[in-house]
Amino acid sequence: MTTEVRGHGRMLRKEDRRFVRGKGRYCDDIQLPGMLHLAVLRSPVAHARVVRVDTTAAEAHPKVRAVVTGAMLAERGLAWMPTLSGDVQAVLATDKVRFQGQEVAFVVADDRYAARDALELIDVEYDVLPPVVDVRHALDADAPLIRDDVQGKTDNHCFDWETGDAEATRRVFETAEVVVEQELVFPRVHPAPLETCGAVADYDRIEEKLTLWCTTQAPHAHRTLYADFAGIPEHRIRVVSPDIGGGFGNKVPIYPAYICTIVGSMLTGRPVKWAEDRTENLTAGAFARDYVMTGEIAATRDGRILAVRSHVLADHGAFNGTAAPMRFPGGFFGVFTGSYDLEAAYCSMTAVHTNKAPGGVAYACSFRIAEAVYLVERLVDLLADELGRDPVDLRLQNFIRPEQFPYTSRTGWVYDSGDYEAAMREALRIAGYDELRREQSERRSTGELMGIGVSFFTEAVGAGPRETMDMAGLGMADGCEVRIHPSGKAVVRISVQTQGQGHETTFAQIVAEEIGIHPDDIDVVHGDTDNTPYGLGTYGSRSTPVSGAAAVLATRKVRDKARLLAAHMLEVAPEDLDWERGVFSVRGVPEARVTIQQVARRAHGPGDLPEGLEGGLDAQITYSPSNLTYPFGAYICVVDVDPGTATVKVRRFVAVDDCGTRINEMIVEGQIQGGLTDGVGIALMEIVSFDEQGNCLNASLMDYLIPTALEVPDWENGKTVTPAPHHPIGAKGVGESATVGSPPAVVNAVIDALEPFGVRHVDMPLTPSRVWEAMRGNGRPPY
Amino acid sequence: MRVSITVNGEPCTREVEARLLLVHFLRDELGLTGTHWGCDTSNCGACVVLYDGEPVKSCTVLAAMADGHEVRTVEDLERDGVLDPVQQGFIECHGLQCGFCTPGMLMSARALLDRDPHPTDHAVREAISGQICRCTGYATIVRSVQWAAEHQDETA
Repeated sequence: MTTEVRGHGRMLRKEDRRFVRGKGRYCDDIQLPGMLHLAVLRSPVAHARVVRVDTTAAEAHPKVRAVVTGAMLAERGLAWMPTLSGDVQAVLATDKVRFQGQEVAFVVADDRYAARDALELIDVEYDVLPPVVDVRHALDADAPLIRDDVQGKTDNHCFDWETGDAEATRRVFETAEVVVEQELVFPRVHPAPLETCGAVADYDRIEEKLTLWCTTQAPHAHRTLYADFAGIPEHRIRVVSPDIGGGFGNKVPIYPAYICTIVGSMLTGRPVKWAEDRTENLTAGAFARDYVMTGEIAATRDGRILAVRSHVLADHGAFNGTAAPMRFPGGFFGVFTGSYDLEAAYCSMTAVHTNKAPGGVAYACSFRIAEAVYLVERLVDLLADELGRDPVDLRLQNFIRPEQFPYTSRTGWVYDSGDYEAAMREALRIAGYDELRREQSERRSTGELMGIGVSFFTEAVGAGPRETMDMAGLGMADGCEVRIHPSGKAVVRISVQTQGQGHETTFAQIVAEEIGIHPDDIDVVHGDTDNTPYGLGTYGSRSTPVSGAAAVLATRKVRDKARLLAAHMLEVAPEDLDWERGVFSVRGVPEARVTIQQVARRAHGPGDLPEGLEGGLDAQITYSPSNLTYPFGAYICVVDVDPGTATVKVRRFVAVDDCGTRINEMIVEGQIQGGLTDGVGIALMEIVSFDEQGNCLNASLMDYLIPTALEVPDWENGKTVTPAPHHPIGAKGVGESATVGSPPAVVNAVIDALEPFGVRHVDMPLTPSRVWEAMRGNGRPPY
Repeated sequence: MRVSITVNGEPCTREVEARLLLVHFLRDELGLTGTHWGCDTSNCGACVVLYDGEPVKSCTVLAAMADGHEVRTVEDLERDGVLDPVQQGFIECHGLQCGFCTPGMLMSARALLDRDPHPTDHAVREAISGQICRCTGYATIVRSVQWAAEHQDETA
């Protein structure tokens, strides 16, 4: 007897064996014969007319092979590229620079140091213009015009968007017994993956084929967009995502320097490498958040939440580079109604341009759900404060109830499944909530500042369906191909790729569970457009909901064919066979059996096949989900604020997550713990800020603060399991849950700690200086 | 200028520019790409190597300064086909995700256990506090190092 092969469950990661040996292969590890190095000259100012670019001295440098300016790209029609949001962005500046760090010229040289040296030799004359820095003044009548490249543009307006029912919401607010309002700033933050961005382009002039190794979370989509933009036939472009040192959304967009690297290789006929430095990454790479939100919540005096209303002023920077489904300019902010059963909701959004880097959706936000969850979870806490209610109690009163699923929210989102109260109660149990409240009251009596913060989130992740969701005209679906070799080993090719999420393990487990081949005998191929089926890539927590479903369905297709073969081999009808992972046996005659390995051999062997059946044992699927998946969770954070220094210490963090079926418990918890760390960082220390001239003040990791091991606690994870009804194994996305759910828990905890000072709200990040100012009665510190 | 550095037990002599950073010497001159580079300011610790047995950030050391010294990188942790306990610990306890900070973390962990074979959790956090991991949230790294401490004699 063979032992039954189980796919799901804790399994050590297959990819780790190379990483712990230093044998990962990241973009900057790639060395090709004759490879040259590219460096990008960037604007030192936020807003200026480019008067003159003199490259004479740089060209004379003995190690320089090419110097390229915007004017030279313009001759080839490559100076401007489309963004993922239907806007355009300068590859190299031709007319003006519009943010500090914008690309102005590039150099290709023999080595990376020489390329940098040559940048110093390029002489650019700038006619400096007044910048637009404060988003609140971007639409002032006298605000400098940023986008004079757009015909007829007279202001810095980017787009307007609304969702919900304005009139119904107004009626509820007019008659509501209690209304609480608060302005909430979710500052600009940056995903800052530990590996910066980079690319290696190798254009073969003879075959007219481009190979691009690149830090991309979406290699297939990038390939199509390169083909459309640069006119290289798509079948002659191969995009490879090698090992990626963290993405978090930062590696979704196409950056100007990727285009420069391709152009550099085409011009020189040699492979060209670009390795971004940290300052480039922080100043010019895709940022996240940057929403000024006005939130209002309406309720009855006995605590029934009736409606939420919001207006958002969104800072999109110089170019609209938001990476979100095209028909969702505000991302999935529409889920700002949170986890609550409301009578009405409405949101209006005004997006503007400023002289800051483009981007907008990055840093594990699930397409702006981080902002939405922060809004509603702060509002609920403010309402609890207003009503004198416990914040847990108020949430329990207003949750969408299990029997209401599938639940259509007031903004039209169809929540697939949930049991919110169960998750909340599990978090309370792990935290020992009542005991914590008792401890808090004791400590308060001695002047200590202990805070307990709660948040509850619901996410909408795993985009498509393709009918309504696309990126730059590409439907949000994903593929998987499963191929069983004659010896019964398998290879799985997927259209998504990993930046640390562990796809090589998880996808082997998904297939193993369905086909009964041990995960060690299944290899996962990903991140290479020549060797994987088409799909939109890994972001927005979509790998497991979309490509994971494709893997299940492709494997089941293989299994269906295997059943026909097994029936033929055992000389029974297919419906007379039982399936136990890896083995077909004749019902009632268990000794009459064949293994999947035997079937695979037969599928490729010399024997006859059932009529109408082809040889081989392969299948491919392209999966478009019928709905998003809606993971949720209950988070409880305990903080201590030092009354003397206003420093916040996160003492405990309890996270109960429900992401439906868990394929690998260890990997899921790892994803959550990483996200919780993001949340603590965002709440307490991370911000990209600017001075009045538009200079970025956080252009290095000395100034852009990220939590270390000393700033985060030992995480306390719990779970409930509510499967997604429309996913073939009930799995929901989880990669971004904790980044989305944790910031409000931390902020709610700090505000709770500051209760003796009457503090109602402090905007993130809750640095010691901001908390100190709040304790002294200054609610809005400068930033 | 000519530098001679003993890297992973092998003497390596190269003609280099005086300004060449040790991290680039290891990566570009010797092809030891296990040591990573993540920032310009000695904040991230992806480039940590052992320098005469002590963890240093190799982006802050010039190759010229390392002349005559011993450098040990992640590539030298595995011996005779057996992983160092810290390597095995990171696998066992999910101490890595994207793997980019991992070589630096492993070298700091190795140095810690060499001087303190049974550290407290706080001592582990202190030892890696000059390094950034964006993926794990650190708790699994702490457990990975403690796994290595507990299994030091079994695999070493």
